[in-house]
Amino acid sequence: MSELMSERDIDRSKMQVGSDIAIEINAMNKWYGTFHVLRDINLTVNSGERIVICGPSGSGKSTLIRCINRLEEHQSGSIVVDGTELTNDLKNIDKIRSEVGMCFQHFNLFPHLTILENCTLAPIWVRKTPKKEAEETAMHYLEKVKIPDQAHKYPGQLSGGQQQRVAIARSLCMKPRIMLFDEPTSALDPEMIKEVLDTMIELAEEGMTMLCVTHEMGFARQVANRVIFMDEGQIVEQNEPEEFFNNPKSDRTKLFLSQILGH
Amino acid sequence: MSDQSTNSVAFVAEGTIPPSPPPARETGAVKWLRENLFSNIPNSILTIVSLYVIFLVLKNTMPWMLNGVWTTSSLAQCREVLNGETGACFSVLTERWNQLLYGFKYPVDEYWRPNLALLFMIVAAAPVLFFDLPRKLLIFTAIYPFLAYWLIWGGTIFVPLIALLGFVVAGMVFQTFSKGSFAIGFFGAVIAAFVVWLGGGALIPESASENAFLSSVPSRDLGGFMLNLMLGATCVSLSLPIGIVLALGRQSDMPLIKWVCVIFIEFVRGVPLITLLFVASVMLSYFFPPESTVDLFLRVVIMITMFASAYIAEVIRGGLAALPKGQYEAADSIGLAYPQAMRLIILPQALKISIPGIVNVAVGLFKDTTLVSVISMFDLVGMIRGPILASTEWNGVYWELLGFAALLFFIVCYGISQYSQWLERRLATDHR
Repeated sequence: MSELMSERDIDRSKMQVGSDIAIEINAMNKWYGTFHVLRDINLTVNSGERIVICGPSGSGKSTLIRCINRLEEHQSGSIVVDGTELTNDLKNIDKIRSEVGMCFQHFNLFPHLTILENCTLAPIWVRKTPKKEAEETAMHYLEKVKIPDQAHKYPGQLSGGQQQRVAIARSLCMKPRIMLFDEPTSALDPEMIKEVLDTMIELAEEGMTMLCVTHEMGFARQVANRVIFMDEGQIVEQNEPEEFFNNPKSDRTKLFLSQILGH
Repeated sequence: MSDQSTNSVAFVAEGTIPPSPPPARETGAVKWLRENLFSNIPNSILTIVSLYVIFLVLKNTMPWMLNGVWTTSSLAQCREVLNGETGACFSVLTERWNQLLYGFKYPVDEYWRPNLALLFMIVAAAPVLFFDLPRKLLIFTAIYPFLAYWLIWGGTIFVPLIALLGFVVAGMVFQTFSKGSFAIGFFGAVIAAFVVWLGGGALIPESASENAFLSSVPSRDLGGFMLNLMLGATCVSLSLPIGIVLALGRQSDMPLIKWVCVIFIEFVRGVPLITLLFVASVMLSYFFPPESTVDLFLRVVIMITMFASAYIAEVIRGGLAALPKGQYEAADSIGLAYPQAMRLIILPQALKISIPGIVNVAVGLFKDTTLVSVISMFDLVGMIRGPILASTEWNGVYWELLGFAALLFFIVCYGISQYSQWLERRLATDHR
């Protein structure tokens, strides 16, 4: 694990947890048909929090964060993002989606558009930003993720790590208040994992509210201010990273940690 | 040192090996022949047999082609000129050239009108087919259907003008109202268009066409290859957008829209085109108001378009299904609304995947336009089977006429196929 961690020290000056609530999930349940995937989820995320969600596969962690921007529909309970409740109202959904950025395991860049077009598409069509301004913003964020020179290439010409960083830049171009990461490094080679994690750390240093489903425990230790462990669709344990890793309370957490940290 | 290295696994390159040319027998024509025609004994035998078959075909057809007669005015004269030798009677093509291209009723003095329309069609299609051309040319493309109608059918210019005006007004209404609600904009546009068409139609005097600048030509006077081209171009360009709408409708979450699309597609696809054409020629007037006389050309266009759009819808559905689910999710997650996501993300990729299938349908549709000969329209095949072969001069000239028809269709279809391959290469951005 340690070789994937950033060598540099993390600048924690802006990493402060605010008092205003970014996401509030209340007694939320979700079923796939008759299968109960998410069971009574209660979670409050303050602005500026960096939360890592971990758990065995099939535990519902991806489904949970996909519910937050309504890629999945929940059947009971409530989800309030930035003061807007997620209902069937399309206006609310579009509003929330334009404020919540998301990165996927398989990047999901648009292969028929160049990197720059990938980044400017949503600002131009959703935010109605003038093209020139959108391109300047896009170049700003592409510089931030350290690939401005690839702006006119197509996603297929980039490495996996570069593609994931473009995906992060694409989300940032919408100037989101919250970023969701759905296993952003699971499809990457070890070298590339580091470059993506570095980008995510930089993002955290700027005070972005982040929810991150990941198995990178080094990242969790360094960056997260809270780690959530899920199993069988429910939140089993959550704690500050130090406490969570050194002193897990539940047996299931202990078993999980021994399996992923044991080798 | 060297003794040691033979026993050791360690190895270090001593320098860069300079590049050198390949051996002579690995380049040029010799290599090509050896690799492609004579790579082993069975392949060599196949090559020789194939060459022999090609030789036989040419040996039997070339005298017929080269010895062809081009200048006589009947089959009997051809036979006299040939005097027992083998030879084609191509005179039928030169003598009936105009009939093959324009049908036998289109006024001879007005041939320039369809010719001009064809020329304009190339200009109008260019910015659609080759999207590197300036976008402003699309204005001409938008005007072209009305211009072509006026050129080919003639009559008063007010008919196409009012038709165009209806679309312009509908577009403006849609622009104004669709910001509030898509449904109000859409239905408002439809109503506005019909108001303009009905009101404008009532204003045109009955006699307007009699002394028009371009004399009026009724649809039943159209014919020849011109008719095939007109039907093909109209139906392909109409069925593609309708096919897209049907494919998206079939994927809709709204059950009513979904089932209307499914039933339409399954019904139209399950019926032979020829029966639809008979419906068009005989029965379709039952569906229109009693006193209205809907043009036969229009009725045939409706039927062929319905038929082709059902096929295109299924081809595009395949393209939509082939897209990874992540593309839909990514489009959703950056906040694009459904129409935007479809137009900017999903359809460009789905249509790209569907190009071979769409071209397949387009080529098939174009060839199927010859079926209108069965409902007594005189397209190219109708002309050949009817007026030309039935005439006393040319009774019995099958090979030359049908070969010519095949050649014309082949040229167009091969062109479509080559264009689609260029398009696929041009759109390839995945760098696999």
